[in-house]
Amino acid sequence: MTDTIPKIRIRGLKKAFGPKVVLDGVDLDVMGGTSFVVIGGSGTGKSVLLRCILGLITPDAGSIEIDGVDVTTLSPRQREPYMARIGMLFQNGALFDSLSVWENVTFGLIAAARAGHGPRITRAQARERAGALLEQVGMDPAVGALSPSELSGGMQKRVGLARAIAARPEILFFDEPTTGLDPIMGAVIDGLIVDCVRRLGSTAIAITHDMASAQRIGDQVGMLYEGRMIWQGSPSTLFDSGNPVVDQFTHGRREGPIKVDVRS
Amino acid sequence: MNGILDFIAGLGRAVLDIVRMAGRVALFAAVALSHVVRPPFYWRTLWGTLVEIGYFSLPVVALTALFSGGVIALQSYTGFAQYHAQNAIAGIVILAVTRELGPVLAGLMVAGRVGAAMSAEIGTMRVTDQIDALSTLSTNPIKYLVTPRLVAGTLALPFLVLVADILGVLGGFTVCVMKLDFSASAYITATIASLKVMDVTVGLVKAAIFGFLIALMGCYHGYHSRGGAEGVGAATTAAVVAASILLLTFDYLLTDVFFSQ
Repeated sequence: MTDTIPKIRIRGLKKAFGPKVVLDGVDLDVMGGTSFVVIGGSGTGKSVLLRCILGLITPDAGSIEIDGVDVTTLSPRQREPYMARIGMLFQNGALFDSLSVWENVTFGLIAAARAGHGPRITRAQARERAGALLEQVGMDPAVGALSPSELSGGMQKRVGLARAIAARPEILFFDEPTTGLDPIMGAVIDGLIVDCVRRLGSTAIAITHDMASAQRIGDQVGMLYEGRMIWQGSPSTLFDSGNPVVDQFTHGRREGPIKVDVRS
Repeated sequence: MNGILDFIAGLGRAVLDIVRMAGRVALFAAVALSHVVRPPFYWRTLWGTLVEIGYFSLPVVALTALFSGGVIALQSYTGFAQYHAQNAIAGIVILAVTRELGPVLAGLMVAGRVGAAMSAEIGTMRVTDQIDALSTLSTNPIKYLVTPRLVAGTLALPFLVLVADILGVLGGFTVCVMKLDFSASAYITATIASLKVMDVTVGLVKAAIFGFLIALMGCYHGYHSRGGAEGVGAATTAAVVAASILLLTFDYLLTDVFFSQ
């Protein structure tokens, strides 16, 4: 909160897929050590926004600055040190089926050591570290020996979270962290996210359309609609934002400025 | 007149699509091959894929070669017996097996078994965000997923073809000796006399190229699959069809290069 330069600054970000404009000039500042939650309907470009920041999708226009450096102008090799500072929890966990849980958790640590971005680590050390990380997300270290397919959805999310925080990243992204979970497990995951972000002092961006989750995770909330960030505010004002689009969305009203095409 | 123009336009579009696709595949292969000499190397993935292709494909390749060698012997006998040329059968079997049947049948079997599996595995990783996850974990997905598979395919298929060559000849020998009452020693002598190092070598070179093409098609189509389970299924089909067509096309081209006088 004391930083004056945003950890992440996005200006005029645009992305279209053929004739479909998904991002149409997104502006966003996320200060260091804070959590920003992006809300918005399905297909409004929330995931595309995250993937642009991660470099998985190349934007058509605009800038994405991390610590003042525009990462959109960097080559893939120049981006690597920035990517090593980012952890990501994917919507469905995205755990590697062919590896055990502990290998999933420490995959990034071993890969960073191989690539010369991180300290050397043996497989025995990695396995021990995986146990500690699993404990941090409330799991028994013995789970490390299992395969991801043997875990429930909630457990897979926790393993995904352990993998995301393994390298103690400065920036954490969460893509729909509570989707597909029951409300109690959703609250558990949100609690773990908040704990991890605070413990690491990371800057976080989460995308969700779960309002309870947005209020639990976010220091700031913004709504993406028609390719733009149309509102930003505190989570406490989420249900009384004064913006008719946001209010319709957060209250789940059928009537309002948002027109839902039920045929698509 | 309009019908003719539409036909030519359609033909042009199809040609452009093929050229565009060939360019994309070539670029994909070039990027993957550029990682062969650049660390880090993923030995475990390479070893796992070598075992998957080389060891677990052995039964299907062995059976195919054994029966094909037997069939060649049987069919040759049917034709050659009319001209009292049964002595040529051993030479026909070893020539057909080492030059063509070994590499092509092993290649087609591996394309169906391994090419499909590679495409399905990488395609599933694509649609479940596992490939994006690799990128966020300091890992180049092409280096991790594609390069070891291309190397493994290139190395494993010659080994399988060597086994197929031996078993194909054994199949011919078994049919000739057990069913057609040939002399075992005469058959072996004729086989050794007809065996040419050049035939076996070219068969192994073909196998290495086929192995590379099968892995390339499996990886390329899997890597670019879209749209959930249906997309993965379509990618798997495309990988097997493309690998089979490429394999037969390259078989002709390589035969022309090595054997046409």
